[in-house]
Amino acid sequence: MKDWTPILQWKGVSKAFGDKPILKGLDLWATEGTSLVIMGGSGEGKSVTLKLALGLMKPDSGQVLFRGKPLTAGPFGTQAKLYKQSGVLFQGAALLDSLTVWENVAFRLLNADRIGRKLARRRAIEALDQVRLPATVADLYPSELSGGMLKRVGLARAIVAKPAILFLDEPTTGLDPVTAEAINLLIVDLVQGMGCTAVTITHDLVSARTIADEIAMLEGGQVVWGGPVTAMLDSEHPTVQRFLRSGGLSRPAPRKG
Amino acid sequence: MARAARLSLMSPVAGIGRGVIALTNLVGALTQFTLRALLACVTLPWNTRELGRQVMAIGFYSLPVVGLTAAFTGAALALNIFTGGGRFNAEQIVPQIVALGVTRELAPVLTALILAGRVSATIAAEIGAMRATEQLDAMRTLSTDPFRYLIAPRLLAGVMTIPLLTGVADLIGIAGGLAISASSLGFNPEIYARSTVEFLTLDDVTSGLIKGAVFGFILTLMGCYHGYRSVGGAAGVGRAATQAMVWSGVLIFASDYLLTRLFTAS
Repeated sequence: MKDWTPILQWKGVSKAFGDKPILKGLDLWATEGTSLVIMGGSGEGKSVTLKLALGLMKPDSGQVLFRGKPLTAGPFGTQAKLYKQSGVLFQGAALLDSLTVWENVAFRLLNADRIGRKLARRRAIEALDQVRLPATVADLYPSELSGGMLKRVGLARAIVAKPAILFLDEPTTGLDPVTAEAINLLIVDLVQGMGCTAVTITHDLVSARTIADEIAMLEGGQVVWGGPVTAMLDSEHPTVQRFLRSGGLSRPAPRKG
Repeated sequence: MARAARLSLMSPVAGIGRGVIALTNLVGALTQFTLRALLACVTLPWNTRELGRQVMAIGFYSLPVVGLTAAFTGAALALNIFTGGGRFNAEQIVPQIVALGVTRELAPVLTALILAGRVSATIAAEIGAMRATEQLDAMRTLSTDPFRYLIAPRLLAGVMTIPLLTGVADLIGIAGGLAISASSLGFNPEIYARSTVEFLTLDDVTSGLIKGAVFGFILTLMGCYHGYRSVGGAAGVGRAATQAMVWSGVLIFASDYLLTRLFTAS
């Protein structure tokens, strides 16, 4: 990984829930304009890592740095600055039930940026189009959508304000392969075309191969392997190998004799 | 939990200590929450769309149940006072006592208690479900303060609409008393109405309306507080709704006593 000041850095971060440690001195960083994918088994603390980066959870020890400064709360803190520049896709989409699809997508535009409803709606429909959802869903409520559609609405909400940093928790889970591929290409386009930084959590190896510049493999509360996506396929690390095998991506074993 | 209960039985001093710490934590957290909520209430611009939605939900849609309760309570009160007054030949005091009882006590307290069940529990469940499904976290990452977007409109709607509902309950409660007195107790409706108007003072009505505003703040605050701090998914949402309702009721009665002391001291 490059050695200039990272846009986001987890520095010796530990977090436990009760007696159960989740992260043990995690050291990880994301450099500007690149796509970092965090992988690992269930319960390894991937979502916790993302929530700590967003300041939605506090670490027990260590700190999260945004552009070299620790996350601080309050209207003028670094956390507020991070939120202004970021878009977040939550694992369960986390759409507001009482709002229509377009109002959800345009939530930041309407409530934080305070732009007019007409323009906000137009931009919401453009974002929906980017995630392959038709304008006809704009006036539906979240309860009227399928799981995959909810995910895409959540992604549209994350990208509508053209963020500098994207946090994506399982962006392709629950999507059909064609839509998943389109979402992967959209993420690549946002990172390569617009210079956006992406921090993605996924189990999906195909997705990781498509969108990642760097991959960090979490196990036992720490990064056990990190490096460029191309190096992952050649890695001999047992955790990486296990993941590759389960995804059908490991190199065939050399024939004997 | 069971272990804590056993330890508490074995060591009563430790149990008392834990209780005091828990109570201190609760008071501290509630104070902090209330101050943040009040700050959000006085910060402009208000979320007028949400405020309008809450005025309808808390105020308008509560009208039927508040009206029915007030009508039956006014009628029952008239019957009771007629019976009680009859013991010392004072049946004629029915209009005055019904008016006093309804405006100063029954309309604000019963309206608030009904809304503690209807509104406070609903708010707690709604905000608790938003907590459980990460909607509150999402709101924060969208640079929107949940206190300004969700909590302030509910508190403002409670403080604005519950005095209005109390006023409506005053009118309907007195009308209920009049209806039963005229139909069953032999009162002349015109004289009954005149006696009521001549007897009531502005203080009687305003003290009830002020109580309504205070109760409105309490029950919406309890709904928001317990919903916002709920943990543990669906079960946590259920607990939050129950706690909101119970604590609203307790605090309504406690503040009713204090306010009555205040209003009757002068």
